[in-house]
Amino acid sequence: MAFRQNHLLGIEPLAPDEITTILDLAETYVDLNRGPEKHAQALKGLTQINMFFENSTRTQASFEIAGLRLGADVMNMAMQASSIKKGETLIDTALTLNAMHPDLLVVRHPHSGAVNLLAEKVNAAVLNAGDGRHEHPTQALLDALTIRRAKGRLHRLTVAICGDIAHSRVARSNIWLLGKMESRIRLVGPPTLIPSGAADWGVEVHHDMAQGLAGADVVMMLRLQRERMDGGFIPSEREYYHRYGLDAAKLGHAAPDAIVMHPGPMNRGVEIDGTIADDINRSVIQEQVEMGVAVRMAAMDLLARHRREMAA
Amino acid sequence: MDITFRNARLIDPEAGEERAGDLFIAKGVISDAAADGAIEIDCRGKCLAPGIVDLGVKVSEPGERHKESFRSAGRAAARGGVTTMVTRPDTTPAIDTPEVLEFVSRRAQADAGVRVAHMAALTKGREGREMVEIGFLMDAGAVAFTDCDAVVDDTRILSRALTYAKGLGALVVGHVQEPGLSRGAAATGGKFASLKGLPAVSAMAERMGLDRDISLIEMTGARYHVDQITSARALPALERAKRNGLDITAGVGIHHLTLNEFDLGDFKTFFKLKPPLRSEDDRLAAVEAVASGLIDVICSMHTPQDEESKRLPFEEAASGAVGLETLLPAAMRLVHAGPLDLPTLWRALSLNPARRLGLSGGRLSPDAPADLVLFDPDAPFVLDRSTLASKSKNTPFDGARMEGRVLGTWVGGTRVFPEPDPAVPGDHP
Repeated sequence: MAFRQNHLLGIEPLAPDEITTILDLAETYVDLNRGPEKHAQALKGLTQINMFFENSTRTQASFEIAGLRLGADVMNMAMQASSIKKGETLIDTALTLNAMHPDLLVVRHPHSGAVNLLAEKVNAAVLNAGDGRHEHPTQALLDALTIRRAKGRLHRLTVAICGDIAHSRVARSNIWLLGKMESRIRLVGPPTLIPSGAADWGVEVHHDMAQGLAGADVVMMLRLQRERMDGGFIPSEREYYHRYGLDAAKLGHAAPDAIVMHPGPMNRGVEIDGTIADDINRSVIQEQVEMGVAVRMAAMDLLARHRREMAA
Repeated sequence: MDITFRNARLIDPEAGEERAGDLFIAKGVISDAAADGAIEIDCRGKCLAPGIVDLGVKVSEPGERHKESFRSAGRAAARGGVTTMVTRPDTTPAIDTPEVLEFVSRRAQADAGVRVAHMAALTKGREGREMVEIGFLMDAGAVAFTDCDAVVDDTRILSRALTYAKGLGALVVGHVQEPGLSRGAAATGGKFASLKGLPAVSAMAERMGLDRDISLIEMTGARYHVDQITSARALPALERAKRNGLDITAGVGIHHLTLNEFDLGDFKTFFKLKPPLRSEDDRLAAVEAVASGLIDVICSMHTPQDEESKRLPFEEAASGAVGLETLLPAAMRLVHAGPLDLPTLWRALSLNPARRLGLSGGRLSPDAPADLVLFDPDAPFVLDRSTLASKSKNTPFDGARMEGRVLGTWVGGTRVFPEPDPAVPGDHP
């Protein structure tokens, strides 16, 4: 089995065969999740703690269901309400939790690199559920699984990632993953939302949707993070929608069988037209959510197996 | 104590040369002949150079003595061959009144063991609103005025402070950084910072800050020193300003000459500096500018931070690194790698900063104070941060292979390193 990681902190450290291993195992969990009996025992007896230092409904629920279906004891800690407010540092929180012997720690944090820092200080396997603008590896994995199921492969596809790249950890993890799997990546968005130096990442950068989407097999829309729009990156939402919102006309530039993806939650009428999002022939947005549970089950299963092997 | 150093490799930045020879000290100053009864030290061909004048040391007194005191900083300086610490006023409270300056002067006098020259804040509380009592502070011994990394963003206030300082002949030290662009930044903009998802600032913010300050110097005629120039794009502006005859000099921190942005690796907070580490192209340009003399001064930018301030997510972690003790071996990398020779290096480490601040040290000439460092430029070692004399151990060189060891440091002819061993009879300074 090709999986040699102690933690899942990002896509950057993964080798292509490790990515394939996660996706292949996730396929089996898709079948399990669709069946009548949704229980497996892979994490039986293990304790999983979800630590979310930033609000999340979808990702946290997805990790929780994944853990429960694999038989883990799952605990959610709402970190905004906890001792962080009392001035405890991240490391102290980590050490406190570590003393309770969790096996899996699922962590989301508003600052890039915070999950790496935490992973250095605990014995549990740490899964990054999103750190600042850095990485969100399980999102990229579920996107990859969705693409692979729709397109049959991950190599030699043209994937257009559109919107607020600058503030997006989802974009960064997807760029790592799709690059490792040898797909062609285009970043499309207004120059203020494209990070500096992006042209050196081995991707194409476009500021025009028609050019960026031309012939694309996959159109990945990103949420326009309104909470991060403090500096006025765009003049207005309506101008943004006009130039970069995905509607039928813009999607017409992509390949006829192009799929439309969105990590959610969507701003309908800002980055994506509601009818496109709901078009079952084009949109795989609901499938992404479904795949999310399966890849998280696979990732936690593999980390737990690796820990058992290391302990043995 | 009168001393005769025999068989030394003398590093003379004033003459711009190194030569084999002897050096005599009598009554605390360098002399042209051996004094009667002087003790002899055989240098065995090792380097004897003027002690380093480190422009911009933060000693965390008052306010954060748990991070660094005059005693611990002084010991670190002595071990690093630094004979004059030029201290920064970014303490808590800031050194912005003659009374506070007198307090830290007394503390330094009592505890530091090496020479200490104090800089004072340019504006009260380093808040950029009202200028300090520049005249009184000069009377109390301030050698320069700076708000450190707090940029005075109101141009009118800065121009008045510069004008007033000009009238008194005071030196103003500026930190060049466009405050709007650099707000919240933790790294230098570019491929690396973007991939790591770190809030970043373009290196251009440094040039914009420099351009503004150059305009103000041209307008006011003030004496001005840039604390750190770290980016290639700022250098032509500095070169033009010097060519146009403005009274401007510039420094650079040793870390920006020896490290680059990739050293941040996986969010290593000991490499978080202000300004942030730059690209390799910037580093090379800065080294070249030191070699050509465009950048005048190399300093350690010694900034002690305790473990708690650094063991945080990168964005939240404090900036800065300690450097008093590692300045010399780190600078030797530039000699061993080729771009600098020892006299050129010492021009930037001792001669230029002393001259700019009006201090008499930094030279090997007769009548200069006998502030000296004896070192082996080739002695290899692996740095272990726990061995540093600083109270704070936040060095980016932990575990690094280095060459260059200080064998002895003298201030005014008195040995301050190695410290006298009471167990050895006759081992006194």
